Formats: sequence, structure tokens, C-alpha cells
Amino acid sequence: MSFVEYGDTIKDGDTAIVFLGHESMFPVKVQHGTVTQTKYGVIRHSTDLIGKKYGSKVTCSKGGWVFILHPTPELWTMNLPHRTQILYSTDISIITMMLELKPGSIVCESGTGSGSLSHALIRTVAPTGHLYTVEFHQQRAEKAREEFREHGVEHLVTVTNQDVCKNGFGVSNIADAVFLDIPSPWEAIGHAKSALKAEGGRICSFSPCIEQVQRTCLAMEEYGFTEINTLEILLRVYNVRTISLQIPDLGKTAEENSSTDFDSSNPSNQGSPCANLQQGTVQFKSGVPLREVVGHTGYLTFATKS
Amino acid sequence: RKIIFEKQWFYLDNAIGHIYGTTFEVTSGGNLQPKQEVEEATTETKEAGTDNRNIVDDGKSQKLTHDDIKALKDKGIKGQEIVQQLIENSTTFRDKTEFAQDKYIKKKKKKYEAVITIVKPSTRILSTMYYAREPGKINHLRYDTLAQMLTLGNIRAGNKMIVMETCAGLVLGAVMERMGGKYHGYGSIIQMYPGGGPVRAATSCFGFPKPFYDNLHEFPLSKVDSLLSGTFSTETLPSEPEDNVLVEEESNGLTDEKQTSLQETEEESTTEAAMEINQTEEQETMDINAEDVDFKETKEKENKENVREKQRKQWERRRKLIETAALLREKNADGLIVASKFHPTPLLLSLLEFVAPSRPFVVYCQYKEPLLECYTKLRERGGVINLKLSETWLRNYQVLPDRSHPKLTMSGGGGYLLSGITVVLDKGKPDSSNSEALKMEEPSSKRCKVQDLHC
Repeated sequence: MSFVEYGDTIKDGDTAIVFLGHESMFPVKVQHGTVTQTKYGVIRHSTDLIGKKYGSKVTCSKGGWVFILHPTPELWTMNLPHRTQILYSTDISIITMMLELKPGSIVCESGTGSGSLSHALIRTVAPTGHLYTVEFHQQRAEKAREEFREHGVEHLVTVTNQDVCKNGFGVSNIADAVFLDIPSPWEAIGHAKSALKAEGGRICSFSPCIEQVQRTCLAMEEYGFTEINTLEILLRVYNVRTISLQIPDLGKTAEENSSTDFDSSNPSNQGSPCANLQQGTVQFKSGVPLREVVGHTGYLTFATKS
Repeated sequence: RKIIFEKQWFYLDNAIGHIYGTTFEVTSGGNLQPKQEVEEATTETKEAGTDNRNIVDDGKSQKLTHDDIKALKDKGIKGQEIVQQLIENSTTFRDKTEFAQDKYIKKKKKKYEAVITIVKPSTRILSTMYYAREPGKINHLRYDTLAQMLTLGNIRAGNKMIVMETCAGLVLGAVMERMGGKYHGYGSIIQMYPGGGPVRAATSCFGFPKPFYDNLHEFPLSKVDSLLSGTFSTETLPSEPEDNVLVEEESNGLTDEKQTSLQETEEESTTEAAMEINQTEEQETMDINAEDVDFKETKEKENKENVREKQRKQWERRRKLIETAALLREKNADGLIVASKFHPTPLLLSLLEFVAPSRPFVVYCQYKEPLLECYTKLRERGGVINLKLSETWLRNYQVLPDRSHPKLTMSGGGGYLLSGITVVLDKGKPDSSNSEALKMEEPSSKRCKVQDLHC
């Protein structure tokens, strides 16, 4: 296993994701002789995990079962131990594309935080690229280093413990892209510019508040960045449900009711049980939005140095 | 070569040798290279009103007539100067607020100062462009949705990916970019195609170096069933060589056409690499013409050579097909990406067979309903977990001092995604997957009922 390469079987020392069902999962570090408790019973690493294929169903002691998944940056994002507020995959995906990242890209990031974005960046720039990430909080920087080592990606990342606004990224003229997720990004724009390659590159700043965006945009303009563009991306998740609606009784006879063709008005329910299971109801499949969704994460401001 | 873009025409010759991101001004015919940044002529005393209570729209505020403006243009006067003239001859300009003056200048600049910037092609540029220019050709796949697909699919160097798309090759190009290094790609991609051959018009706009195509395989969708059932034979395969050749030629033609139309329409124009390709192609056709005139007698001989050439190509195609079939038969792909005009359910039910367990898959569809069905069918089939139906909304902002606000909401038109992860499918207990589905659905349906009650 590695976060940058698929492996078939689970090995000692791997990080694996235990999938319990319905969005409930957690990461485990696979170790000989260790056991993990789940609500379905105990998983014994030596016999239940090591040597098994990723994606296998593992039966726990109480007869329940779980799936063991190969780690990916996306699964890690959903399961990592939070040390800070993190970026989720929706924002990460647009950041990666808008920064034009690909294998071989050199990226600077600050702050490292919980390493959610870092793992995704490393995945994308591997095997020949590199991530220079700056975190001013010493403990967080240490923890991130440890995680990168455990996940087999330490050769692709350099963690520096310093203040990016004062001391910059510790590199100059080598980056294809810079990402900023700090409280005062406008103070780091100058450092970002000098970290980027002489021939140019892309920059992105993530800020929750519009006032931060305002100051950042001004700073970017001042430093000669072009193509300044601010956007926001929101994820809408739908639950797939079979809904049944009752037909109101308007005093018509049963015969008249059945002759009314409700289904034709709803072409979506082909192949779904649209027959009236109960008298006087119509069933159809629907994508129902969750009751509560994320309304705002942050504004993403992109720009080009050319 | 003459290129038309936004009612302007120009030659690209002068642009060669400049770095990407250089801005050019169009003159009559060729390209000029102006300064990166024109210094704003803001030295004049700034006079501005505070509100518009005294500004009346009488249609007479601009003292220059249409004919005057046309005359200025015909004289070949710089756009910048025309804008200056328009400002000077506007009676209301000085009464406008500072913001309105800004807006006025910006509008006029857009119209009279034609500048184009030549940038390097990338997924960002091409997907934004395709969505704006030709959304029909990419099934209205918005760029943020494409970005989601690449992330959800864990696309990266070293993967063995299966891609089924009818998005002009844009999705394929995006996957290739994420799997490619500086000189060659890492890993392999198998493109499943409907009809006679894969369409890669947008792929060619990326200007990938040739070695990128070494590990790009293609396989006809119409042979998937026989491959799965084991009745696949290479003998029956290239039985339509004529067709194949025709379609290939056709798609090549499309590619060329596409490149031109892109160059014609897109402000952020295409690569030098693509231009080189076009040039060599032109040379080739010229060579062929010359041959035709010179060796009329040897035509027969040539024909024979053509036949041999055709057979060689056919053989080559068959060899590649066998290779690709072998790759698929291993059933260990690292992911599946589907974005097509077809119904996703049958595609997914078949193509997922080729994917290894614990790998992500992503299906795009312009409409939500087919994905609802696909979701249900996948649950029945089993072998997949963490199914998620989603959509992203994208909002752009105008950020200016004291004038920040959202620009436009783009919702609805970006399409929907169904994603999930494959797991080992246990064939012993066929109903276990059903019970899983039931178990998983139960708590949420309960929640649903609670919701109903609340309403």
C-alpha cells in the first residue's frame, strides 16, 4: 500500500480503511498481533487482514462484517484526525484542476494543517513532482511529517516549520503553483510570487470571508498577477429514495381513478416499482437533497503569474 | 495560416517564439506584440459626479456619430485612441460616478481595443472553453464537474484506467494530463469507443507529446459482451476494415476541423504543437498532389502499394486489439470513468467487471434520473459500496473595492455524478448484497419519515 500506488493485498504497516456501511468508516494501521474493535466485533489483524485482498469482506467476531478498502486521499480526507478545519474533496478537486497540477508539478502550500489537501496534492504530482508545505505550528508540522512517513510519501514532500507571511516558503523560483490557506493570505502574496517559477505559474488562496478575498485580490493585483478570478463551489448530495404519494380522494369511483395515467407524467420511474402497491398511491424514484447541507466553505481566488 | 476569432482575423506567425501568456494586439493582418501592461492614462484630473440624479438619457450624450467612429476605425487609428475620443466627446462622462466611468471605459475598451492572449492548453482552459463554446459536444459537462470526476476517480500516474466517453475526447485528455509526466505518460488508459473509432478532437488540443499515446489503448464497445462471455475472437474483429478506415479518416477530419474552429473561436488560442501538426499535414497533402501529377503511369503500382499499406494497417489494428483485450481480461483496472450520451446503467453493469476491487468509479450524466436507476441497479448487483449521487454548484464572484458580489449562478447545467468504490463480489450468497442495501437504506428511510412528519 501507498497513497501514491495501488497494492493488491494488505500488508503489515499499511493504513487501511475499515468500511462499516453507510458512510461510517475509520482508518486502521495494520499491525501483526493487533486487534481492532468495531460494533460488529473484533478484527484480528494477523488473521483477518494481513494477506487479504483490498476490497474484501471481513467477518468480525460477532458475525457482522466490514469491507477493508485501499487508502486514497479522498477516503483519508473523510477519516483523518482533525487538528484544524480541513479542506474537503469538492474544494480540493477544483483547486487541483485550476492550479493545473499534474505529475511532475512543484507545489507550495501553507498551512499544512491536518494534511487533507497535502495528500491530494502529493497524489497528483507524484512520482516526479514535489510538495513544499509550510506550517507555523510546530506540533502540527511534526504530526504531518509523521503521517507522510507512515503513508509512504515522505520522498515527495518537504515540511517546513516557519511563518510563511514572514519567511516565505523556503524556496524560490521553482514552483508551478502555490496554495494559501492562512488567515492573512495578502501578507504572503509577495513570498508566493518569488516561490513561483520565473516563467510563471498559478496561485490559489482559500478564505472563508469576503473581506479577506478583497485584500488578497488587491495584493495580487499589486504584485502583477493576472487572470484574477474568485469562485465558490458547493456540493449537493442526493439520497436515492422511492417515494410514494397518496392520490387524493375526490369522490371519484375506483374505476375512474385507475384510468388516470399518473405514471406517464413521470418518465423517471422506468423499471422502478411504479405499480400501485397500495390502493391509491403512486410510487416513484427521487433524488432527495439532504436536510442540511454545507452552504459555504470558502472563497477560492485564483490568479496567474506570467 | 489565417485564423478567425471574435470577428477578427490574423496570422499566428508573429506569435512564435514568445512565452505563453503573452498578450497581442491585432493589426490589419498580422500580430503585434504590445507591452504586457499598458500604463493607464489616468494622469488627467479626475472629475466625477456622486450620483445620477441629473443624468438624462436623451440619446445625445455622445457627440461622435456612427460614421465618425467608422471613419476613425478605417483610418487604422489605435483602439486606445478611439476610446479616448469617445470619452472626450461624451457630455455625461464627467457627471458619472467614478464607478460608472470605470465601467464605461471597460466596455469601450472591450469593443475597440482588440487584444488576444495566447496561453498553454490545459484541462482548465479547454474544459472551461468547451463548456462555454460547445457544451453540446461534451454533454454539458461543466468544468467543476470534470474536476470532481478526476478527484473522485483518484486519477494519478501509474493507474490502469478504463474511460468511456463521448465528450469529444476532453475527458480522455483530462485523464491523460493527470497521468502524464513531462515526456511520457505513466500507466495505461483503455478507451472504450462506440461506432467505428474513438473521437479525440479535444484530446489533440492538449498538444501531448507523442509518447503519451503509447500506452493509450482503445477497444470497441460492441465487443465488450463477447469479451465478457468468452466468445471474443480476433478473427471476427476487424471484419469491417473499410468502415474503420473511413471512420478514422472522418474523425481525423473532425480533428482538423476542430482545431481550426478552436483557433477561430477561442481567445485563448491553441498550441504551437498543434500548429506544427497542421503544418506538416499540409506539406504532406502537397507532396501527394505532386506525386499524382508526376507519376500518372505508376498509379497502378501505387494502388497495389496502397492495398499492401491497408493490409499492414489492418494487421496492426488487429494486433493492438488483441493487446487491449488481454489488458481488459486481466480484470484489474484501477478505475472506471464514464461520461457519455448513452444510458449509464448497461455501461456500468458491464464495464465494472473489468475493475479490480477497492477501486473508485465515477459516472457522469447530464440528467439525474438515469443515475437514480443506475444507483438502484448497482445496489441489486452488489460489489459496490459508498454509492453517492451528487452535483456541484459553481458561483463566480466580482471582487472590486466596494463592489464585490456574486457574478452568476451556474446551477443545473453542470450535470450529475454517481460515484462509488468496488469491493469483492461474493457470488455464494446472491441476496447478501440485497440485505446490505436494505440495511443501509433503512436508517435513512426512517430519517425520511421523520422529515415528513416535521413537514
